[in-house]
Amino acid sequence: MDLALVWFILIAVLWTGYLVLEGFDFGVGMLMPIIGRSNKGRRVVLNTIGPVWDGNEVWLLTAGGATFAAFPEWYATMFSGFYLPLLIILLALIVRAVAIEYRGKINDESWRARWDWVIIGSAWVPSILWGVAFANLVRGVNLDADHQYAGNFFDLLHPFALLGGLVTLTLFLSHGSIFLSLKTDGEIRERAEAFARKASLVAVAVAAVWALWAQLAYSRNAWTWGALVVAAVALIGAWVSSLQGRFGWAFASNAVAIIGAVTLIFGAMYPNVMPALEPANSLTLDNASSTDYTLTVMTWVAAIMTPVVLAYQAWTYWVFRRRLSLEHIPEHTELTFLKR
Amino acid sequence: MEALELARWQFGVTTVYHFILVPLTIGLSVLVAILQTAWVRTGKEKYLRLTKFYGKLLLINFALGIATGIVQEFQFGMNWSEYSRFVGDVFGAPLAMEALLAFFLESTFLGLWIFGWDRLPKRLHLATVWLFSIGTVLSAYFIIAANSWMQHPVGAEYNPETGRAEMTDIIAVLTNNTTLVAFPHVIATAFLVAGTFVGGIAVYWMVRRSREDRQHADLPMYRTAARFGAWVMMISGVAVIVTGDVQAKLMFEQQPIKMAAAEALVETPDGPAPFSLLSIGNLAGDDPGSVSHVIEIPGLTSYLATGDWNGEVLGLNELQEIYAERYGAVDANGDEIEYRPNLLVTYWSFRLMIGLAAFSAALALGILWFTRKKSPGMPGWMKTLALVSLPMPYLAASFGWIFTEMGRQPFVVAPNPTGSDQIMLMTMFGVSSSVSMGEVLTSFVLFTVVYAVLGVFWFRLIQRYAVEGAPQVAEPAVQSDDDDTAKPMSFAY
Ligand code: HDD
Ligand code: HEM
Ligand code: HEM
Repeated sequence: MDLALVWFILIAVLWTGYLVLEGFDFGVGMLMPIIGRSNKGRRVVLNTIGPVWDGNEVWLLTAGGATFAAFPEWYATMFSGFYLPLLIILLALIVRAVAIEYRGKINDESWRARWDWVIIGSAWVPSILWGVAFANLVRGVNLDADHQYAGNFFDLLHPFALLGGLVTLTLFLSHGSIFLSLKTDGEIRERAEAFARKASLVAVAVAAVWALWAQLAYSRNAWTWGALVVAAVALIGAWVSSLQGRFGWAFASNAVAIIGAVTLIFGAMYPNVMPALEPANSLTLDNASSTDYTLTVMTWVAAIMTPVVLAYQAWTYWVFRRRLSLEHIPEHTELTFLKR
Repeated sequence: MEALELARWQFGVTTVYHFILVPLTIGLSVLVAILQTAWVRTGKEKYLRLTKFYGKLLLINFALGIATGIVQEFQFGMNWSEYSRFVGDVFGAPLAMEALLAFFLESTFLGLWIFGWDRLPKRLHLATVWLFSIGTVLSAYFIIAANSWMQHPVGAEYNPETGRAEMTDIIAVLTNNTTLVAFPHVIATAFLVAGTFVGGIAVYWMVRRSREDRQHADLPMYRTAARFGAWVMMISGVAVIVTGDVQAKLMFEQQPIKMAAAEALVETPDGPAPFSLLSIGNLAGDDPGSVSHVIEIPGLTSYLATGDWNGEVLGLNELQEIYAERYGAVDANGDEIEYRPNLLVTYWSFRLMIGLAAFSAALALGILWFTRKKSPGMPGWMKTLALVSLPMPYLAASFGWIFTEMGRQPFVVAPNPTGSDQIMLMTMFGVSSSVSMGEVLTSFVLFTVVYAVLGVFWFRLIQRYAVEGAPQVAEPAVQSDDDDTAKPMSFAY
C-alpha cells in the first residue's frame, strides 16, 4: 500500500484515539457541576479522569507531530489557516491543565470554585471547536493556488461547521456521562446514568442530521455511506444500552461511533487531506506528503511504539479500575493560604 | 513592527517561558526518583518525607510545563508555516518521535505515580517515577535533535523541485554531532537548576530550624537534602563547563559568525583573540567601530573556539564578507543582507550564561563546608545566598538559549559549511504568509497575558509549599481489592 495512504489512515487513528479518550475527559469536565453538584461530588467526577487525562491529551500532540512529519504542507496550511480557532483551543488546553492540577492545592472554597469554573469552561470550548474544525475540513476551505488559506475567520463559521460543533459537544456530553456511569458509585452514578440516557439520544439526533448533510453535500466517496451507517447504528446502540443500564456496552458503542465518524470525515476528504472550495487547489495525499524515506522511518516507529503505548495506557485504566464515590474522596489535606 | 517581528517575539517569549519550567522538571524528576529509591532501599522516613516534599513542588511545576509545551507543538504551523513546509520532512520526524516515545511515557507514568501510592506495590510504584523521569530526559533528546538540525542541518538534501529539505538519513539526524554535545549541555543545565533548587530550599530550612532549636528533629533530614543538592550542583556544574567548552569549539566550526558575535569581535585581531568581561560602545550594530573591550582575558576566546590559546578567530566584518560571498549579498528586495547577529544580545547573553552559574558554585561550596560535621549550624547569611542563587541557573539557561537562537540570526535554519549550501532558510522567509498582523498580535497578547497570570499562581504555589516544609507522612499502605470499598484515596484532586 502507498505509504502516504498508510499515514493518512494512521493520523485518522490518532485522532480517533484522541476523540475517544479526551472526548470523555471533556465530557467529564463539562458535567462537573451537573453531575457532581457539591464540592465533594465535583471532586468525585474530576478524579475519575485524574490519573489519565494527561496521557489522553498526548494523543493530540502525537496527531499534531505525525501530521507535521507525514504531511508538512497539511500541517502548515491547516494550523496557519485555522489560526484563531486553534488559538482559542490552545488557550483552553493551557488553562485546563493548570486548573486541574492547581484546584486542590489550596484548601479554600473560593480558590477551588474559581478553578472549577476554569475546568468547566475549558472543557466546553474545545468540545465545540474541534467539531467546527473537522466540519470545515469536510466542507473544504478557501485555499489559493499556493495552498495557502485565503479565507477569514468568519468563513469558518458556516452553518454546517457550527452544526459540526454541536455534534462533538453532544457526543462528548453523552460519552462523558456514560464514562461516569461506569466509573462512579452512589448518588453520582445515579445522576450520571440518568443524564446518559437523555444525552445519548440527543447525540444520535444531532449526529444523524450532520452526517447526512456531510455525506450528501460534501463526501467525495460513496463508500463513506458505510461508515455513516456504522456510526449511526453504534450511536443508537449506545442509547439503547444506556436505557438497559448496560454502560460497558454503551461506552464501547460510543467508541465505535467515533471510529465511524472519523472514518466518515477522513473518507469524505479522500484523496484530499485538506479539500479546497476550488478543487484544483486542494492539498492531496500526493502533494502534501513527505518523502517515502521519511514515511518509511515513521512507519517503523509507529508500528513499534503504538502497541507499547496502548499496552501501558490500558494497564493504567486497569490499575485505577475501581468506581469512585463520595466516601473515596479524602478530606482536603492541602495547605491553606498563609495569613498575611 | 511587522508580523515577522511579532512572530519572533511570540516564539521567543513562549519558548523562553516553556524553558523556565523544563529544566526543573527534567532534573527534579530524576532527583525525586533517587530520593524515593533511597527510601525504598533504606526504609528511612526522611527520604519519604523529602520525596513527598520535592515531589509536590515538581507537580506544581510540571502542570505549567505541559500547558506551555502544547503551544510549542502547534506554533510552528501557526506562525512559521513556510518554515514548516521547508523543514517538515526532516524536522517533523523527531517531533513525532518525541510524542510517541517520550510524552506518552512521561504523562502516563506520572499519573500512575501521583495516584498510585496506595494502588501499586512499593517497587512497582518506584518504577513509575523512574519511567516518568526517563520520559522527560528522552523528550529533551528528541527536541534537541530537532533544534540541532536547525543549527547544523545534516542527513538531508535539498530538492529544488519542491523547494524543500528532504531527509535522507534519520540516523545522521539523530546523531548529529551538534545534538551529541548540546544534549549533555542542556541535561547538565537541568541538573544544575534542580540541584540548586533542592539545595537552596534545604538551606533555607536548615537556617530556619536551627534558629528555633539546634537539635531540631528535622535538621538531619534537611542536611541530607542540602548535601544531595550540593553534590548535584558540583557534578553538573563541571559537566556544564566541559560540555560547554566542547560545544564552543563545534560552534566555531559550524557557525563561526556566532562565535565572533559571542565576543563582539568586530575586526579580526592580529594575534590571539581575548575574552572580554566588559565592553562598551555601540553593540547594537549600526556602528561596530565604536566597540571597545575594557577588561580582557588574553587568548581565552581563541582557546574556547579552537582549543589553542593562539588560534585565529575571524572578526565579524571579515565574516560578513565571507558569508555575503557564499550565501548572497542582497535579498529579494535588493537590500543588503546583514549576517552579523545582534551583538548586544549575543555578547551579554553569552557572558550571563557562563557567569550566573557562579552563584550555584558558591552555594554548593558553602553547603559542603557548613554541613561537613554531623550536627550542623547554618549561618544566617547562607539563607540569603540560597534565595539569591535559586533563580540564577534558570536565568543562565534562558540566556544560553537566547544566545543560541539569536546568534543563529538571520537564519532560522543555519547553513552547514560542510553540507549542502542549499539547506538554509532565512528567518524572514519562514514566517506564515497567510496569517495577518492582527492575528499574530492577538495571539501574542493573549499568550503573554495568560502566561503572566499563570506564572503568578505557579510562583505563589511553589513559594507556599516550599515555606511549608517537608510534610509529616504516614507509611503508604497498598490496598487490596477487597478491603478498599470505602477507603479514601491517598491522593485526590
Ligand atoms: C530540553 C528540553 C526541552 C526543550 C528544549 C523543549 N521542551 Fe517541551 N517539554 C520538555 C522538554 C523540552 C519536558 C521536560 O518533557 C516537558 C517540560 C515540562 C514538562 O512538564 O514536560 C515538556 C513538555 C512539552 C509538551 C507537553 C507534553 C505533555 O503533555 O506531556 C509539549 C507538546 C512540548 N514540550 C513541546 C515542545 C516543543 C515543540 C519545543 C520546541 C520549541 C519544546 N517543547 C522545547
Ligand atoms: C529545542 C527546541 C527549539 C526549537 C525547535 C526552536 C525553534 C525556533 C524557531 C523556529 C524560532 C523562530 C525563528 C527565529 O526567530 O529564528 C526560534 C526563535 C527563538 N527561540 Fe528557539 N527553538 C527551540 C528551543 C528554544 C528554547 C528552549 C529557547 C529559550 C529558552 C529558545 C529561544 C528562542 C528565542 C529567544 C527565539 C527568538 C530569536 C529571534 O527571533 O531573534 N528556543 N526558535
Ligand atoms: C563555562 C561555562 C559555559 C560554556 C563555555 C558554555 C558554552 C555554550 C555554548 C558555546 C553554547 C552555544 C551553542 C550553540 O549555539 O551552538 C551554549 C548554549 C547553552 N548554554 Fe552554555 N555554556 C556554559 C555555561 C552554561 C550554564 C551555567 C548554563 C545554565 C545553567 C548554560 C546553559 C546553556 C543553554 C541552555 C544553552 C542553549 C542550548 C544549547 O545550544 O546547548 N550554559 N553554551
